[in-house]
Amino acid sequence: MGEAIVITSGKGGVGKTTTSANLGTALALSGKKVCLVDTDIGLRNLDVLMGLENRIIYDLVDVAEERCKLNQALIKDKRFECLYLLPAAQTKDKSSIQPEQVKKIVQELKQDYDYVIIDCPAGIEQGFKNAVAGADKAIVVTNPEISSVRDADRIIGLLEQEEVEAPKLIVNRLRNHLAKSGDMLEVDEIVSVLSIELLGVVIDDENVIKAANKGEPVAMQPDSKASIAYRNIARRILGESVPLLSLEEEKGFFGKIKTLLGMK
Amino acid sequence: MGMAQKLQHNVTIKGTKDGLILLLDDTCSFEKIIEELFDKLTADSGQLLNGPVISVKVKTGNRYITADQEHKLREVLKNKENLIIERIESDVITKTEAEELRKDAQVVTVSKIVRSGQVLDIKGDLLLIGDVNPGGTVMATGNIYVLGILKGIAHSGSSGNEDTIIAASVMKPSQLRIANHINRAPDSYPDFGNEMEFAYISSEEEQIRIDRISAVHRLKPQLNSLV
Repeated sequence: MGEAIVITSGKGGVGKTTTSANLGTALALSGKKVCLVDTDIGLRNLDVLMGLENRIIYDLVDVAEERCKLNQALIKDKRFECLYLLPAAQTKDKSSIQPEQVKKIVQELKQDYDYVIIDCPAGIEQGFKNAVAGADKAIVVTNPEISSVRDADRIIGLLEQEEVEAPKLIVNRLRNHLAKSGDMLEVDEIVSVLSIELLGVVIDDENVIKAANKGEPVAMQPDSKASIAYRNIARRILGESVPLLSLEEEKGFFGKIKTLLGMK
Repeated sequence: MGMAQKLQHNVTIKGTKDGLILLLDDTCSFEKIIEELFDKLTADSGQLLNGPVISVKVKTGNRYITADQEHKLREVLKNKENLIIERIESDVITKTEAEELRKDAQVVTVSKIVRSGQVLDIKGDLLLIGDVNPGGTVMATGNIYVLGILKGIAHSGSSGNEDTIIAASVMKPSQLRIANHINRAPDSYPDFGNEMEFAYISSEEEQIRIDRISAVHRLKPQLNSLV
């Protein structure tokens, strides 16, 4: 019996779908059997990021309304034998499915998969309730900006009322030089406001956009900063204790000398 | 006359320097009281009940007065236009009222983070062990004590008690409300000064002020229950 993790944020555009795609990929890289579920009905994106859009025949709503079997709607990933996607419907909206239906589907998936990653839509309405219904755990994604943190706080409050474990936090798209100069919230500040466990920090990395446009999650790349961050988060989900990635840029020769001399 | 003699005992009218006191017997039926009161008010043509405006206190002893009965009392007293009812006092209250009073007097301890969009509304004093995040609201009919950072909205004396205070380990609220008074926070807080503070309604200025917690015994001595 696997576990279902919902990826949520409240605010739109903070990177829920990117996080879902990359955590799914990273977990698959570790040899786990993973199913991604897109619950953003009407605005589906996860299939695009995974480069699987052209393979969709049936979707989540079709399964819920029993127009097809669950297995018929699942799309196998191009790269991994053990990674599958259950896409959202694009022609319907959030109200075309009920939380109980999602819960039933997720329960069924948990029988066959180690991890069911549920990509939640933005907002706190029906779509959120659908996404959270079947989840055992929750990951809240936020950006280091005040409106995103405010919405994350709201979402954590709403998650407290659901049957999920205490949520964990991913701070996405951190730009270190801005945080350092005080123009962006620092990770410590965010964690102190939200007071939930920090699962990881992902640096703002242009490779993420490049990879997304190619339909290939950045976690596939061996050495980009975002890729390493996502893979570390996946390892933490698997129960390993991985220290947080150093956010410092390479200091260069003189920087290293200064560090050695204790001048910095 | 024998009956009138008897009626004398049920309603006693006393004059004091502050006005009249109507003492109502608490063992007879309420109808008798109304009857006798009516008789006394209409029969008496003396100066006391016909003179200038005078305030009246009604004391009902161990009789509980329902809303309906109170209405009847007021109707009867309306026959004399110079009588103004100051208040109707009873020595007894219902269990429900007693329960409400008990709730208003208790301290409710809550340990949680009040997050954006959440409202914590309690009867009595609130002792919150945890933060109030921006966008979160705590309300209490009594005082509010936050053992944590107050960054959201706090509303003490929510049913109108202006004597209540709001205290917080770190006071950085977006809004403070005490009874019907509202205060918005400054647009930014200085980084220093994490001293514990409390908010109260200053009697001189009739608006919300903030002071160091050490001033509370001077400014709100009624908070102290240890005499």
